[in-house]
Amino acid sequence: MNNKDSMFARAMPILFGALFLIGLVAPFAVYPTFLMKVLCFGLFACAFNLLLGFAGLLSFGHAAFLGSAGYVCGMLVRDLGLTPELGILGGTLAAAALGWVFGVLAIRRTGIYFAMITLALSQMVYFIVLQWKATGGEDGLQGVPRGHLFGVIDLSNNIAMYYLVFAVFCIGFFIIYRAINSPFGQILKAIRENEPRAVSLGYDVAKFKLLAFVLSAALAGTAGATKTLVFQLASLTDVHWHMSGEVVLMTLLGGLGTVLGPLVGAATIVSLQTELADSVGSWVTVIMGVIFVICVLLFRRGIVGELQALIQRAGIR
Amino acid sequence: MQTKKLSTLACAAAFAMLSGAANAQISGNTVKVGVLTDMSGTYSDLAGAGAVLATQMAIEDFIAEAKPAFKVEMVSADHQNKADIASNKAREWFEREGVDAATELVTTSTALAVMKVAKEMNRITLMSGPGSTPITNEQCTDLAVHYTYDTYALANGTAKAVTQQGGDTWFFLTADYAFGQALERDSSAVVTANGGKVLGSVRHPFPASDFSSFLLQAQASGAKIIGLANAGADTTNAIKQAAEFGITPKQALAGLLMFISDVHSLGLQSTQGMYLTTGFYWDLNDETRAWSKRFFEKHKRMPTMVQAGQYSSVMHYLRAVKAAGTDDAAKVMAQMKATPINDFFAKNGRIRDDGRMIHDMYLAQVKKPEESKYPWDYYHIRQTIPADEAFLPLSQSKCPLVKK
Amino acid sequence: MEIFGVPSALLGSQLLVGLINGSFYAILSLGLAIIFGLLNIINFSHGAQYMMGAFVAWIALNKLGINYWVALLFAPLVIGALGVVIERTMLRKLYKLDHLYGLLLTFGLALIFEGIFRDQYGISGQSYPVPELLQGGVNLGFMFLPIYRGWVVVAALTVCFATWFIIEKTKLGAYLRAGTENPQMVQALGINVPLLITFTYGFGVALAAFAGVLAAPVYQVSPLMGSNLIIVVFAVVVIGGMGSIMGSILTGIGLGLIEGLTRVFYPEASAVVVFVIMVIVLLVRPAGLFGKA
Repeated sequence: MNNKDSMFARAMPILFGALFLIGLVAPFAVYPTFLMKVLCFGLFACAFNLLLGFAGLLSFGHAAFLGSAGYVCGMLVRDLGLTPELGILGGTLAAAALGWVFGVLAIRRTGIYFAMITLALSQMVYFIVLQWKATGGEDGLQGVPRGHLFGVIDLSNNIAMYYLVFAVFCIGFFIIYRAINSPFGQILKAIRENEPRAVSLGYDVAKFKLLAFVLSAALAGTAGATKTLVFQLASLTDVHWHMSGEVVLMTLLGGLGTVLGPLVGAATIVSLQTELADSVGSWVTVIMGVIFVICVLLFRRGIVGELQALIQRAGIR
Repeated sequence: MQTKKLSTLACAAAFAMLSGAANAQISGNTVKVGVLTDMSGTYSDLAGAGAVLATQMAIEDFIAEAKPAFKVEMVSADHQNKADIASNKAREWFEREGVDAATELVTTSTALAVMKVAKEMNRITLMSGPGSTPITNEQCTDLAVHYTYDTYALANGTAKAVTQQGGDTWFFLTADYAFGQALERDSSAVVTANGGKVLGSVRHPFPASDFSSFLLQAQASGAKIIGLANAGADTTNAIKQAAEFGITPKQALAGLLMFISDVHSLGLQSTQGMYLTTGFYWDLNDETRAWSKRFFEKHKRMPTMVQAGQYSSVMHYLRAVKAAGTDDAAKVMAQMKATPINDFFAKNGRIRDDGRMIHDMYLAQVKKPEESKYPWDYYHIRQTIPADEAFLPLSQSKCPLVKK
Repeated sequence: MEIFGVPSALLGSQLLVGLINGSFYAILSLGLAIIFGLLNIINFSHGAQYMMGAFVAWIALNKLGINYWVALLFAPLVIGALGVVIERTMLRKLYKLDHLYGLLLTFGLALIFEGIFRDQYGISGQSYPVPELLQGGVNLGFMFLPIYRGWVVVAALTVCFATWFIIEKTKLGAYLRAGTENPQMVQALGINVPLLITFTYGFGVALAAFAGVLAAPVYQVSPLMGSNLIIVVFAVVVIGGMGSIMGSILTGIGLGLIEGLTRVFYPEASAVVVFVIMVIVLLVRPAGLFGKA
């Protein structure tokens, strides 16, 4: 077992390095806007996975963080004329604050109750966004300028924008990776596996869960704020509960509790939606549903999880 | 005098050169029309697949009629009434697929989003489905055309007629989002201007399924007219439930945005006697009937005004491309604005500087079941509202493009 | 007469409307509570099954000429049978896993059902006529009550309390409750527990379909009619205390009434008041109003 783990540990830097290089050259081969979307949702799903995959908490309200950060970023950049990096920062902080509120309210409960409470809280956020005049209600927050990074680099160029998104993703991903592999991550896993034991070992379980929740919310917010800059608008879609369901699907499909799974899942779902929207129309929903059902019934480890299992089996032989 | 003449000459020369190099001016020798519409949501019946079909018909008819040297292609996508999906798709179309014009765009939020992207990338937007007046006011662009109707025209038709016929006290049932609010605002102004009084309004969540409590408030207000400032399924649900609670016929309903698809879905029993404003009715004259029957053969439903307007706008656009000999957005738009529109949909329609296409609107009243003689025989046309009166006068426009 | 500046007639009528909506909440949350109680699964497809109930009634009327009264029995049977199939082929495989997988599976099913009906029937809704016997209305003085809506309250509450009676007061119900507490023991008594579970899921789903038929003449029959409702009903179940039969019935009705009041005083908030109450209840009584902590 130890042997295999170290094999993974050795392979990881090589894999990350390769992916990083691919990420650097990708915009010259693939449509940059599509890549940016994948990276934003990838970060969103990774942040979500930190909570579900490693802390064992299913939040059904993560759309609230993605969306509210997007709106905050949009308002800062569009209405107050701040530079994009400050917009992203502001969005992230707002999501973290919101995450803290959600966390305090929900963290005392587990399992289905936890899911239901986060769902209800996110519905309230949805209601506020819908009602508040500054958010543009149904029209969304439109016409957000991409602006100049640090006041210098013009982001209206798609390639420049891509590298900003790529950088944001890498930073976010790095934070999550470090968190998972730190003592903090180990404690989260311990809580997931056996909460009473973690308590008896003297850990303040509620505090760790809350910290994980706030971190997850903040990074989901980073993704949302960046997404707003890419598409130059924030909309109700990002705060609707369907979005909360979608991120579960991405994480599940890619591989719950794996490091790269959420990114793979996000890439798969975003490509499917992009490709299918034109050809099959309303069957997109059906196909998403079928993927969901298949994942839950036959494929619970997700794409990356299954691949890992495959490699492990090969390693044993 | 002298300079003016000179510039005219220069123009003429430039025009001659342009038409000489006609086909070379069309990128890839292909004109690509993108239809971005609601294929599966609340508005898919009034736009949706029917709007795509209308576009196909327009392209086929144009090729048959004009035999252009360039190719015409269509792409379509479902924006699901979401501004983000619409704007992403439009961006992709413009950046990757060389789409020249984004069209249809039912739901105001999607339309406003796409207009901005299109302007940034120097492409044309033709809007048949959306309704809010800001499209040609605060947010107008010089490359966008708002074609079929807007909230001002609806209010000006329905609210005015109803108020003038004695329905002088109103209570609004408003979908709580930008479009509903615009409709309520425009209608209130018309009611007041015609000597009526607005007693109150209630805003309901969007979308809502149960209207009974909102209707009861409307009932308690004692207003003669309950104005429905909503659309699609919200309107049909409200109408159905008003009948159930005995509110109609004691108080009358005014559907401020009703499509023939809504009437079809509700049936004449529950809609009879209602006034509505429409930009098109299939059974208006021989020309409308001829086109609509062709449409019906393929779609099995009669066209809504959005679908008919979609055909007309695409046809107008394609003819302008041919006449201008280029797909350059600014030049095609200049051509479109310079040419009056005369087809089954509009007579002497024209596109103003703010992008508003003005044409006659019709005030219709839904027939009683016994008056309906054949399928889809739903409306009495009570009044034709001339183009110049139907839409917001330029003098009141907030569009910066309008020279005052 | 006025109460807080609101005419009492308006207040009365809003409360009555709240009661009607509450009846739907009650019957839907009852189904959810039963399923949760025995299967430990949050049935996310409950809204879709409610929608399908309404559609089965609509299709039965328009394609097969089956009238409302027969549909009231027919639709729950069809959807209940579908539920049995779902339980046997899919849900069964998840019992050993975390409850969350059940929630995710049924969420996927809901997407599939809604997608299919959306593709087949569009979105703007089909109308279903009120049965002749129940047309018209009665003037209650403070409001005009459509007879059909009165019937909805009566029918829904009858079914709710009959269900409560079966579960709490009969032998079959005793087995059910015991099966929840200790399946091995009940199995040892010679009761076929898997069959009991299958039957329970089918019954819970049939309740949703029954509500769907009741709703058909009130609302438009549309593919998304259940999708927004289900979130509210979830909140009802959580407030009432997950798995509590009487709790879900009473909470459903109570929340309908509170929603009705909100519509008088602050209509824009009517969509969200349920969630606010849910947060408050969970802070004060984390297990819900009627739940066993």
